[in-house]
Amino acid sequence: MKHTISVLLQNKPGVLSRVTGLFSGRGFNIESLSVAQTMDNEISCLTLVTRGDNAIIEQITKQLHKLIDVIKVTDISETDYVEREMALIRIKAESSTRAEVLRIADIFRARVVDVSQKSYSIEVTGSQGKIEAVTELLKPIGIQEIVRTGSIAMTRASKKY
Amino acid sequence: MKMTGTQAFMKCLEEENVKTIFGFPGGSVIDLYDTILKQDKIHHVLVRHEQAAVHAADAFARVTGDVGVAIVTSGPGATNTVTGIATAYLDSIPIVVFTGQVPTALIGNDAFQEVDIVGITRPCTKHNYLVKDIKDLVPTIREAFHVARSGRPGPVLVDLPKDVMASMINFPAKKEVKMRTYKPTYEPHPGQIAKACKAIMKAKRPVLYIGGGVILGKASKELTEFAKKLDIPVTMTLMGLGGFPGSDPLSLGMLGMHGTYYANMAVAKSDVLIAVGARFDDRVTGKVDEFASGAKIIHIDIDPTSISKNVEVDIPIVAGCKEAMIQMNKWVDAADINLDAKKSEMGPWLEQIKEWKEKHPLSYVEETDVIKPQFVIEKLDELTGGDAIVTTEVGQHQMWAAQFYHFNKPNTLITSGGLGTMGYGFPAAMGAQMAAPGRTVIDVAGDGSMQMNIQEFATIMQERLPIKIALLNNGYLGMVRQWQELFYDKRYSATPMEVVPDFVKLAEAYGAVGLRATKPSEVEPVIKEALATDTCVLMDFVIAREEGVFPMVPAGKATTDMLLV
Ligand SMILES: Cc1ncc(C[n+]2csc(CCOP(=O)(O)OP(=O)(O)O)c2C)c(N)n1
Ligand SMILES: [Mg+2]
Repeated sequence: MKHTISVLLQNKPGVLSRVTGLFSGRGFNIESLSVAQTMDNEISCLTLVTRGDNAIIEQITKQLHKLIDVIKVTDISETDYVEREMALIRIKAESSTRAEVLRIADIFRARVVDVSQKSYSIEVTGSQGKIEAVTELLKPIGIQEIVRTGSIAMTRASKKY
Repeated sequence: MKMTGTQAFMKCLEEENVKTIFGFPGGSVIDLYDTILKQDKIHHVLVRHEQAAVHAADAFARVTGDVGVAIVTSGPGATNTVTGIATAYLDSIPIVVFTGQVPTALIGNDAFQEVDIVGITRPCTKHNYLVKDIKDLVPTIREAFHVARSGRPGPVLVDLPKDVMASMINFPAKKEVKMRTYKPTYEPHPGQIAKACKAIMKAKRPVLYIGGGVILGKASKELTEFAKKLDIPVTMTLMGLGGFPGSDPLSLGMLGMHGTYYANMAVAKSDVLIAVGARFDDRVTGKVDEFASGAKIIHIDIDPTSISKNVEVDIPIVAGCKEAMIQMNKWVDAADINLDAKKSEMGPWLEQIKEWKEKHPLSYVEETDVIKPQFVIEKLDELTGGDAIVTTEVGQHQMWAAQFYHFNKPNTLITSGGLGTMGYGFPAAMGAQMAAPGRTVIDVAGDGSMQMNIQEFATIMQERLPIKIALLNNGYLGMVRQWQELFYDKRYSATPMEVVPDFVKLAEAYGAVGLRATKPSEVEPVIKEALATDTCVLMDFVIAREEGVFPMVPAGKATTDMLLV
């Protein structure tokens, strides 16, 4: 099963390689990974998407936790959460298809961020499913390049009060 | 007080109560060595290869129960430590290895003798550090010792650039190390303790399966108390030997690939298996699905990642082994239990075990004209009163030592269990003897392994260490040969040692004493003479060349599928 794991870690040199080294050394897979500073500049937040049965996910979270520089590990997918990914996509757009590209972009609330005579570049944000849906639709028109960020995720705030 | 980084370094070691360090100099630690020369509180042992420095520090840690220290130069000095560090890592041994590094301005430039040792050792250290700023030096060293010795212990490496060590600082006042992200759990959860104890009270066929955690966690006394209170038989992993007295009637000896018939049978038939500081290694479990398949499993370990890693556990207890055993003893003492009645309930189970012990004791075929290796170990056991510190290399001799020497106290078998490092035992004997000057220290060695760190004879002679080497000389890389014999139709590829040095003369070349035994009748006199000699003695026992280690569970088979003598 797919799991999205959020890891808070000390913002120090080499920490990221401790995390990735753990995954490669123990044969766990990483589907995507994104990392940036939090509001506290001594702490980074790393979101990673991985796959595995419960025993593997349990090992992954425990092993991550064991790293000395790791502060907190949360399996976000066990909570109610929001997950977003962004993609930049350059699509072939000649006179016959320009309107169609814009229409698809519009449906997915994507924004055009760059235009040339032969292409549009759009920015689309959403769940992994949404990104995949939009690329599927654009494929027949001709995708020239695609760059994706990998997921970031956050547990939803408690609605109880 | 203003001082240089190297002076601050030495002061940190004093703070940690370090008396002995093992090392080898070079360009990037030359200032440090200058400082070492100008003080007399810490004794520096000059090894002849950096790998040996780490093994010696590791054994020093195993014998004293505190942190061992090694110092080496950058580049090749640092890379030479990697096998030693990995050895300590797999056996969870607390050491701190200090490596010199090129000046900070040169890092990343492929400077002379520069390697990214922090990068290289990341997967085989508990943690490691590069000190880039003199103000971080003292806090980093303090943290390194704290990380190495606390929780599940392990090796820590600190990389020290030359310019940082030459800078001046005010030595910061001593402070307790507090880390934001690292707080090991020692105290067990009372609910889990109760659950475990209740399961044990209901058990008809319980077995304690103990590992190195019992020794590292200094839990031997409490564990022994628990086992004896309830008459629960105890089996030990290679790393756990000595954690429970091997001569006790409740001892089943070692389990696993070369474990005893009765230990493997008892575990297989147990209804409650209590794993204490052990990690269900493949050499112990054999085919995992069939390991203790009828048992409820209780697992006490300080490292949560060890729990349910290989075998699904029913009652996990994350705690120090000592703390957990104290609470379990308390629980039993507080509960209203008639211990005599409880013990008599164990009768049938102990009877069954006795039957197994009688049916297939550890044994070998004795011979009169050639020396059997098991006989040598039995004689060593007898003539040292089971009271020596035994280090080993890796191979058949290691298994014979584990099987036939009775380890009755913790920290008396010093062996590379997890990594299985040939060449470990000789430098380890050096570390052990430095840690326990009055004790008899014996390296049980093989002819292959012995040649992997033979250069340490020089260190041993320089330090005047009266180490004894019991070389079980079969002229083979015997353990590999045994596999080839059993599973590769006797195709002995690269296992005969076609050229073997004359070990007696080799010992003599270093100024040590060499003795040789070629007949069983010579074994006892040679051991007696060696034990009576107060310098280093190598005993070359020319043994039955193709003797095998039995019982044996072929890799991947169920542990009840044993090949017997
Ligand atoms: C550094 C290293 N290289 C290779 C091995 C693989 N290995 C395990 S046991 C063994 C043979 C050891 O021979 P020897 O020291 O003579 O011991 P014996 O088995 O003959 O008692 C070998 C090669 C190892 N454990 N360590
Ligand atoms: Mg041999």
